[in-house]
Amino acid sequence: MSGEKKLLPQPTPETEHFWVGTKNNELLLQKCGSCSSVYFPPQPFCPDCTSSDVNIIPASGKATLYSYCISHVSIPGFEAPYSIAVVQLDEGPRMMTNVVGCPQTPEALILDMPLVVIYEKQNEEITLPLFQPAEVEA
Amino acid sequence: MSKTGISIVGAAETTELGDLPHISQIQLHADAALNALKDAGLKPSDIDGIATAGENPVALVQYLGIEPHWVDGTAVGGCSFMLHIRHAMAALSAGYCKTVLITHGESGKSRVPPPIWPWPPAPGSLEGQFEAPFGPVGPPTILTIPVMRYLETYGISREQLAMVPVIQREWAAKNPRAWFKEQITVDDVLESKMIAYPFTLFMCCPRTDGGGALILTTDDRAKDLAGKTVPILGAGESAETALLSKMEDFTTSRAFRTSGKLAFDQAGISHDDVDHVMIYDAFAHLPLYGLEDLGFCKPGEAADFVGDRHTAPGGKLPVNTSGGGLSYMHSGMYGMYALQEGVRQMRGIAPAQIADANISVVHGLGGMFSASGTIILGSNTNPLDDPGVIQRTTKKLHKIAFRIKFDFIKKLERAMRFELTTSTLARLRSTPELRPQLYFKCYSTATNSWSIIVIR
Repeated sequence: MSGEKKLLPQPTPETEHFWVGTKNNELLLQKCGSCSSVYFPPQPFCPDCTSSDVNIIPASGKATLYSYCISHVSIPGFEAPYSIAVVQLDEGPRMMTNVVGCPQTPEALILDMPLVVIYEKQNEEITLPLFQPAEVEA
Repeated sequence: MSKTGISIVGAAETTELGDLPHISQIQLHADAALNALKDAGLKPSDIDGIATAGENPVALVQYLGIEPHWVDGTAVGGCSFMLHIRHAMAALSAGYCKTVLITHGESGKSRVPPPIWPWPPAPGSLEGQFEAPFGPVGPPTILTIPVMRYLETYGISREQLAMVPVIQREWAAKNPRAWFKEQITVDDVLESKMIAYPFTLFMCCPRTDGGGALILTTDDRAKDLAGKTVPILGAGESAETALLSKMEDFTTSRAFRTSGKLAFDQAGISHDDVDHVMIYDAFAHLPLYGLEDLGFCKPGEAADFVGDRHTAPGGKLPVNTSGGGLSYMHSGMYGMYALQEGVRQMRGIAPAQIADANISVVHGLGGMFSASGTIILGSNTNPLDDPGVIQRTTKKLHKIAFRIKFDFIKKLERAMRFELTTSTLARLRSTPELRPQLYFKCYSTATNSWSIIVIR
């Protein structure tokens, strides 16, 4: 679906660092200095203990496939079939993403399969974090 | 079992359901509201509390000519109407208002005008930043995502998932107002168009047009209204997250569990007491999550429970007896139609009426497993207290008297759990057409015992 645009995020003051991170090919999470909870999506206080002693940390980029569906309806920016997945980051939090770099079939998309982040530039401001099977990386 | 002191005294859907390009959203609200008012024998000027979702309650205030003392615009998706009921129970109990109208109307198919909820979200919202860029198009591709983890965890097949719409079509076939009535097989479901694997078209609800409305008041006031009251026994509500990725566990909904427990605890009932269940079913997996999270089945056992036909016609726990969102109708915020079927079952007037149904659990979902509301309804207060029944039976037409007598005995049987008052007995005895051969059991709250009452 070249030429047609995905629905892109509009960073807010609390999330801007995350989108600056992906632009620089970094996946940034936050870690609570008080209770050590690592969390996503970004917010300026810990969702577990409300402490605002929060540090931004780089994620390893490693994840496993937690669950997904495969959409069979093409929309701007997406040619069906395409997966919409929730992945479990090695650091603990989950995030919604697309698993790319493999057939978009239930045979290729196996739950708990190891994944690694890749970065897909959309424009000068926005880069999306997507995931692909870990073995593709090697 | 206990009562909350609040009853539903009016309930109706829009005159038409389905494909209604000639009716706008606000008129769907109004049509349902006027039907419910007529059902309760009330006028808009009798309403002093209003709640709605998907439409500004203020617009309804103006459109219907209401001067409210209480307004609730809670909008958390398709279960908003369950939450409205629970909020109205509190408001009525507190005396903030006396008679509450809850409306729903949605031009889900004809889109007159297009509903603004739920997609796409604002690009700066959490959903707009962390979900929308990855290509979901709303419920069919977000609400469906957890099921792969559920199927994998419990070793459940897509064939088992397909049984949910198959059995609901059996219920829909009994309902003249159902959108889909043709019977389908598991193969039909699996071979229908793929929407979002593992979900095919027949595992997804249709989009149709319609509305519904409910009127609530206190039991004291309900006594003065037409005798179709449905007591509310319990209610619960909860919410978990606006982002699917933040749902704690994809095999069970925290919002479902919390809401269900609150409702069961308030009603003071056990699962064995329940005669009828409605579980919000925009998609085929939701009744499975609902059966488990409400405690009717252990985790992972709902698919077998459905497959063994326990929720089907003739089964021990009838579920989604209107055909549900999958077959009856689904405007977008389906919760109102689940409530309407619960009320019909408790009034004994459902197209697929469950015999002797005295307790109905109606469970709703909002958003993408985001929120939940649960309402537990009781059966009509003692139908012998319904002046309409006595009045009709005193008509001398033999044919009508015979029919009423038959219906009356059935209602008596359903009423066994309720106290029979002295005044009712007197009225019954003074009704000649009913005197012969009448006897029934009744429960006395004075002596906490069952007795056989013989009418002479």
